Amino acid sequence: MGIRGFVPFCPWNWCLLLATLQCCGAFSELNRSTDSSARRELNVRYAAASSQPAETISVFTLDYDYVQIPYEVTLWILLASLAKIGFHLNRRLPGLMPESCLLILVGALVGAVIFGTDHKSPPVMDSSIYFLYLLPPIVLESGYFMPTRPFFENLGSILWWAGLGALLNAFGIGLSLYLICQVPAFGLGDINLLQNLLFGSLISAVDPVAVLAVFEEARVNEQLYMMIFGEALLNDGISVVLYNILIAFTKMHKFEDIEPVDILAGCARFVIVGCGGAFFGVIFGFISAFITRFTQNISAIEPLIVFMFSYLSYLVAETLYLSGILAITACAVTMKKYVEENVSQTSYTTIKYFMKMLSSVSETLIFIFMGVSTIGKNHEWNWAFICFTLVFCQIWRAISVFVLFYVSNQFRTFPFSIKDQCVIFYSGVRGAGSFSLAFLLPLSLFPRKKLFVTATLVVIYFTVFIQGITVGPLVRYLDVRKTNKKESINEELHTRLMDHLKAGIEDVCGQWSHYQVRDKFKKFDHKYLRKILIRNNLPKSSLVSLYKKLEMKQAVEMVESGVLSSTAFSTPHRVQKTQETKRLSPEDVESMRDILTRNMYQVRQRTLSYNKYNLQPQTSEKQAKEILICRRNTFRESVKKGHSLPWGKPAGTKNIRYLSFPYSKPLPAGRDMKVAEFTDHDGSDSELPPITFNTHSPTGTIQERRWTPEVIPMKRLHGAGTPLHFGYRRNAGREEHLGRGGRAILRPKPLFHAVDEEFESEEESEEETPAFGSLLSSELRPGGDCNVSHSPLLQRK
Amino acid sequence: MGAAHSASEEVRELEGKTGFSSDQIEQLHRRFKQLSGDQPTIRKENFNNVPDLELNPIRSKIVRAFFDNRNLRKGTSGLADEINFEDFLTIMSYFRPIDTTMDEEQVQLCRKEKLRFLFHMYDSDSDGRITLEEYRNVVEELLSGNPHIEKESARSIADGAMMEAASVCVGQMVRAWGPCLHAPLSACGALPAEPDQVYEGITFDDFLKIWQGIDIETKMHVRFLNMETIALCH
Repeated sequence: MGIRGFVPFCPWNWCLLLATLQCCGAFSELNRSTDSSARRELNVRYAAASSQPAETISVFTLDYDYVQIPYEVTLWILLASLAKIGFHLNRRLPGLMPESCLLILVGALVGAVIFGTDHKSPPVMDSSIYFLYLLPPIVLESGYFMPTRPFFENLGSILWWAGLGALLNAFGIGLSLYLICQVPAFGLGDINLLQNLLFGSLISAVDPVAVLAVFEEARVNEQLYMMIFGEALLNDGISVVLYNILIAFTKMHKFEDIEPVDILAGCARFVIVGCGGAFFGVIFGFISAFITRFTQNISAIEPLIVFMFSYLSYLVAETLYLSGILAITACAVTMKKYVEENVSQTSYTTIKYFMKMLSSVSETLIFIFMGVSTIGKNHEWNWAFICFTLVFCQIWRAISVFVLFYVSNQFRTFPFSIKDQCVIFYSGVRGAGSFSLAFLLPLSLFPRKKLFVTATLVVIYFTVFIQGITVGPLVRYLDVRKTNKKESINEELHTRLMDHLKAGIEDVCGQWSHYQVRDKFKKFDHKYLRKILIRNNLPKSSLVSLYKKLEMKQAVEMVESGVLSSTAFSTPHRVQKTQETKRLSPEDVESMRDILTRNMYQVRQRTLSYNKYNLQPQTSEKQAKEILICRRNTFRESVKKGHSLPWGKPAGTKNIRYLSFPYSKPLPAGRDMKVAEFTDHDGSDSELPPITFNTHSPTGTIQERRWTPEVIPMKRLHGAGTPLHFGYRRNAGREEHLGRGGRAILRPKPLFHAVDEEFESEEESEEETPAFGSLLSSELRPGGDCNVSHSPLLQRK
Repeated sequence: MGAAHSASEEVRELEGKTGFSSDQIEQLHRRFKQLSGDQPTIRKENFNNVPDLELNPIRSKIVRAFFDNRNLRKGTSGLADEINFEDFLTIMSYFRPIDTTMDEEQVQLCRKEKLRFLFHMYDSDSDGRITLEEYRNVVEELLSGNPHIEKESARSIADGAMMEAASVCVGQMVRAWGPCLHAPLSACGALPAEPDQVYEGITFDDFLKIWQGIDIETKMHVRFLNMETIALCH
């Protein structure tokens, strides 16, 4: 029903989606209808088989029971994935609602199908399955993708808020609901205090991942983002610990009274469980980092080590009745830094994707299961309890936010404004965690479990749908202080400078540096930990790797010098491109930022962009590789077509590249002579889009445009010659030739002839010397771009 | 007794000048003495004693900023040979966080002061412009922490930034000139354009323009300089 409602948004996608949904539905339907008959047959067959071993083998049988659980789970996941595809095909929808809405809707759809067909859903969710298999991947993922630096910078506030906030919410909601239960008119008299507290603890587990996506899009300030992230990270752990302790209390309460000592013990236990879990996590994190040090020869095993050790930390902590969630989080945070440096690039990618995949599978399953259990008979509706739950959830969240932030603001340099606090209050979205905990309540201890589940579902639906959808507009409306992620290289530079400046000033001021602890850790880290944990003998002897490195370096250089969007060479839209040339293209800025990020000392990392469901592509190296390949191809193509000269390219095809300017040193003399020379081997000039050059003043500009491309290749080749020789040593003669060309740069007049020769000979022998070709083309390109980049600027006026 | 009295008198005076609390001044004074080796003034060499500063890629710029007459409000150019405690405090006061109780005008003033300090870090020849050369210099220094990055790429970053700055700042100027098309280009020195068309560098006004969207309030401050004030306020 919900899905049909969205059909008008984008009929195409939704039709597609619906079709797939129906296919899947029909498919499982088919299976189900055959299922019952098959089962009967099967039973008969088994019965027969047990009594008479010499039965004939049937040619065709169906054994659905055997595969039911994995089969249906697979179908669910597939269905959810298809729905996600449809969801993201639509352009506007992801901006309108969080993805968890979609998952819940799909779950409800599956639930409706199951309910309608009277089919019994497989018991995917029970306590042990949830805690042993579904929960760890989710927690591991959020721990592993945590932006370490801002997290630790805001550690105090995060711990204060996430820890105390969860407790305050749990007890607040529990106690106030207990008061409500005392009102005889509501018929809730049989729910005792412990049960209420337990309900409070499970309902206070917020899951603001959906909100994080909104924040990222709205670019809210880093502090706010980290508060919500920290809450998402730690809240689960705290709620689960509380939940388990309260369950233990409830069990105990069945047989005897609870004494104050027990309560004290419970508090102590809470601390022990939390700290112990984190401790084990750190230990296992170090161990796994240490082990990945030795895996260079069997890199396929690296992801396995990472996953198994994280899981082991979880299991060990659980064995000792410590918090496995905190253990696995701590483990992920600890090892991430070292593992990333030890493992190979591919393993690293594998780890990331596998982690995303596992956690999204877990979450999908939980959400679908939530949908499934929404539609069914196991509900108990009590207006009073449910409404008050909803109200108290909001009230207590508001109280905890405003009280806790009032306190923590006293200690912060930059306090959270009221707007920030409002947004934090509003982002209290409940999710899979609350539902799972409610669903797993033991029925023997909680006779009103159905009521709890219903209330939890209502809270989740309310928060996910209403708050999740409206938080985006709210953030925009409140105009929360933004981070400045403008695409501006100046800004990037200034900010970096400022970071260093601040570090320097703190150093000058000496001992009371804010980052004192971090610096201490850094030194310790460099002195001991890194030496022990990180393998530093990078494979440098291997010839191949050296070559690759050089090639990569060259490509990265190209990226750096802004040749990045050369991939757009063959794309037909030219005029469009000239429009967006006022600023650096986003790719250029991105690549610059990349260089800055990777190469500076003690830089403050930006909040990594975090998305529960997706990975940001690892840009730099991949791009470099692509560019390299692309570059070769384009060069080859252009050579075949016969216009290899970069200045023959129509101007509008490329993005503007300011960066290539440094190479274009004006030559002192001989300008006038050149004009004639240029015009004759420049046939394609006439094809240039008129807009581009109409604005040129007739004198001077043409030569200037010419100047740059010709000069650059030789100059750059000359300069960068040494490392590049590696790849094409066999072309010794050519090199010589090149050398001559390079020297020719000093004498303006013969220069262009030299270049021409170069290119002609290149055309002939291009096939044998692809590396050389790519080199030349790559060297020429910046120049070629250079002449282009004039025009948009000129045009701007 | 008299000495103590005059000392506190002095402190009060400094408080008024720089806005620091007496606790902070005391702490900074302790640090100052440590740096100077109990001398009344600090010279450049004294900064060599700060071990953590060694690693800072813009170390020389930072040290220089301490002796810059413009930052010390003593003149429009040049470097001081040595600075006394008051000067030290003056420099430090650039890094005080912006007070939340200040009104809009004061905030703007404070912001401008901070930006001016930054601007002076770039503008090493105190001619009121960040020229391309100076900009490149800064970027090279910033990237000097990594030996693998080449000067070329640092330069191209600086050039890109300069171009961007030019296009942000010169926009209307160029429009006013009409057919003068090369202004942004000549910023990088690539073209010998007519003198009145050259974008010579980022002036302070341009600098302000570039910083327009950035909330320097949250960025340019050092945390410890704030802790005590808060403690005092409440």
